[in-house]
Amino acid sequence: MTINEYIEFIILPILGVSIVLVGFRFLMGPTIADRIIALDLLITIGSGIICIYSLFANEPVLLDVAMILALIAFLSTVAFSYYLKKRKKK
Amino acid sequence: MIIDTIVGIVATLGALFVLFAAIGFVRMPDTYLRISVTTKAATLGIGLLMVATAIYFDEISITTKVLAIILFLFLTAPVSAHLIGRASYFIGIELWDKSVMDDLKGRYNKITHRLNSESDKNNQEFED
Repeated sequence: MTINEYIEFIILPILGVSIVLVGFRFLMGPTIADRIIALDLLITIGSGIICIYSLFANEPVLLDVAMILALIAFLSTVAFSYYLKKRKKK
Repeated sequence: MIIDTIVGIVATLGALFVLFAAIGFVRMPDTYLRISVTTKAATLGIGLLMVATAIYFDEISITTKVLAIILFLFLTAPVSAHLIGRASYFIGIELWDKSVMDDLKGRYNKITHRLNSESDKNNQEFED
């Protein structure tokens, strides 16, 4: 079994299952903070999948996309928590 | 061949850490426990996946890029977890009902968001 087959048939399905689990919590989350954390975790796992896919497809250019995604995840979490704190209570 | 084996082992460890983070994220009963699970396990898992990529390509430029991503991830994950935990405490999300203690109970002023060391007296001064 070469490393490409191993990644295609074992590593990527594991990451896909974890994306589905986090997406379930993103849809079902009881509070808004849960959804924000789920969004952060979704983008983080997505950057990990991009890394593994760049290994699988042998294209290291895709690592730039992972770097930008990690930046955007941090920025979105900071912005969402800022507005969550500033929001008027009912 | 040896490099392929090492890459496989490291990538498997990283993928398993990410999977455990996802399972814990679904199974944990409380927002704050979910924040804890997300920050620790996902950071380590993604770091291991990136290290596997760096080992596989074995070039200076890619290794530098991967190290930059890992450093940025390790710097920003605790900061964002702290921010979202603080915001969710302010908007009144309750702890798990089997939680033992709440150290911040009555110590945050609800309006100015200042933290006191004493619990009751200063808080009443703030409310006046």
